[in-house]
Amino acid sequence: MNLPRILTKRNLTFSEFLYNFFATISGLTIFNLQFFKEVFLPPYEIPEIKKHMNELGVKTFPIVSVTGLIIGLVMAMQSLPVFMRFGATDYLPGTVALSVVRELGPVITALIFAGRVSSGIGAELGSMRVTEQIDAMEVSGINPFKYLVVTRIVATTFTLPLLTIYVIAIALFGSFFAITIEQGTNFEYYKNAVIDMLQFSDFIPGVAKTFVFGYIVGLVGAYKGYTAEGGTEGVGKASTTSVVLSSLLILLFDTILVKITLWLWPT
Amino acid sequence: MADVNIIRIENLTKRFDDFTVLDNVSINVKEGENLIVFGRSGTGKSVLLKCTIGLLKPDGGNIYIKDKNILELSTKELNKVRKHTSFLFQSAALYDSMTVRENLEFPLRKGGYNLSEEEIEERVHKNLELVSLSEAIDKMPSELSGGMRKRIGLARAIITEPEIMFYDEPTTGLDPITSKEISELIINLQKQLNMTSIVVTHDLICAKIIADRAIFLKDAKVAYEGTLDELVNSKDKFLQNFFSVDLINA
Repeated sequence: MNLPRILTKRNLTFSEFLYNFFATISGLTIFNLQFFKEVFLPPYEIPEIKKHMNELGVKTFPIVSVTGLIIGLVMAMQSLPVFMRFGATDYLPGTVALSVVRELGPVITALIFAGRVSSGIGAELGSMRVTEQIDAMEVSGINPFKYLVVTRIVATTFTLPLLTIYVIAIALFGSFFAITIEQGTNFEYYKNAVIDMLQFSDFIPGVAKTFVFGYIVGLVGAYKGYTAEGGTEGVGKASTTSVVLSSLLILLFDTILVKITLWLWPT
Repeated sequence: MADVNIIRIENLTKRFDDFTVLDNVSINVKEGENLIVFGRSGTGKSVLLKCTIGLLKPDGGNIYIKDKNILELSTKELNKVRKHTSFLFQSAALYDSMTVRENLEFPLRKGGYNLSEEEIEERVHKNLELVSLSEAIDKMPSELSGGMRKRIGLARAIITEPEIMFYDEPTTGLDPITSKEISELIINLQKQLNMTSIVVTHDLICAKIIADRAIFLKDAKVAYEGTLDELVNSKDKFLQNFFSVDLINA
């Protein structure tokens, strides 16, 4: 795989920065094409994918649990005074649920996942690259791209949607808890208010886009790690830039996907 | 040693940006021969090995392993050739997320050798015994010393029973006794398995134990070639200087 060379100098001129930017974009595109070329061909390395899904899910579980709970609590607490001002407190559970399901749950989970997992993949593969472990696989006649990259990207693509569903559930519990405490209502009231507001078309696009976000997290982390160079400094750089780039791409693709969602389901 | 060239490197050229590391380098290695590659640091010894095994793409020339030009092969075909070869990296390059056992099993399981569980188990134990490290089977690479890592790296490299071995500074960073032990291990394995080897080293003790023939890379070319004794006893000032410094180091 011939990837464009990224400049590793400390102080880049503007033109070198632009060169690096386009080299990264074209490198990611080539990496992306290579992934689709390899992913459908055997061996499928299912045990390795399961192992990564388990590790990535477990690693991220505690932080997304706390985050989900806090999103629900804070959204409800912050919104309550505004809804009270307009006498619309009956709409509060549904509005919070709508925000969490359509946008906050998927995007915040994806950003946390990027911070936790993309950097981890970048550092792990970067370390394997600079210590010649990837070369060792290659000279053994093993396809390191298939074994290390494809398995991780597949794992992140399918782990993030599962985590997002979990975060949405926790966030809804958080908002239920806050609203019940603040307003003295019960679960039946909360459930009916949420069901009245939420539609199927709210839930599916929200979760579906996390497949794309999961793919971005895996792709960027693997790309940065796999192409790392320059010893331990290179590993650190791969880890940091993985988070920055995957977070930016998540936000960029979120905008595009929201537009597509609204176009497909205008209501 | 058979009179057949199992490795033929013809006019190999490799550049990094404007810097030419190897310039029209040609080397032949006979079946069963141990070739030592000497040279000062940064003269392209490791690059030569990495080009020969297909890890780096040369800018010019041809590389034949068992009469197949590896530069014209697809990845699948290259991997078939690689089944006959193995590489011991300078850092040993053990997979640090795997135990010693898993490190040794990995090339057998993933390299398409179609071995039964019993055969894999048997080879792991046999190769650990060869490097005298049977007790380290369940250890992680981080729990091993530098010398032990090199030995495990060697065990992993030979577990596929390759015909050709590439060694990138197999004794660098080791004390003289361990260095001698590793070198003796390499020559014993070479005799037992009748392997052909290219060994990049600065270590004269290692070279003395292993070498059938030696070359010296200088200014991106093969500057000197001959037996180890011919090189060490050369009247050439540069070689005299190199080997006298190396002897002091050894």
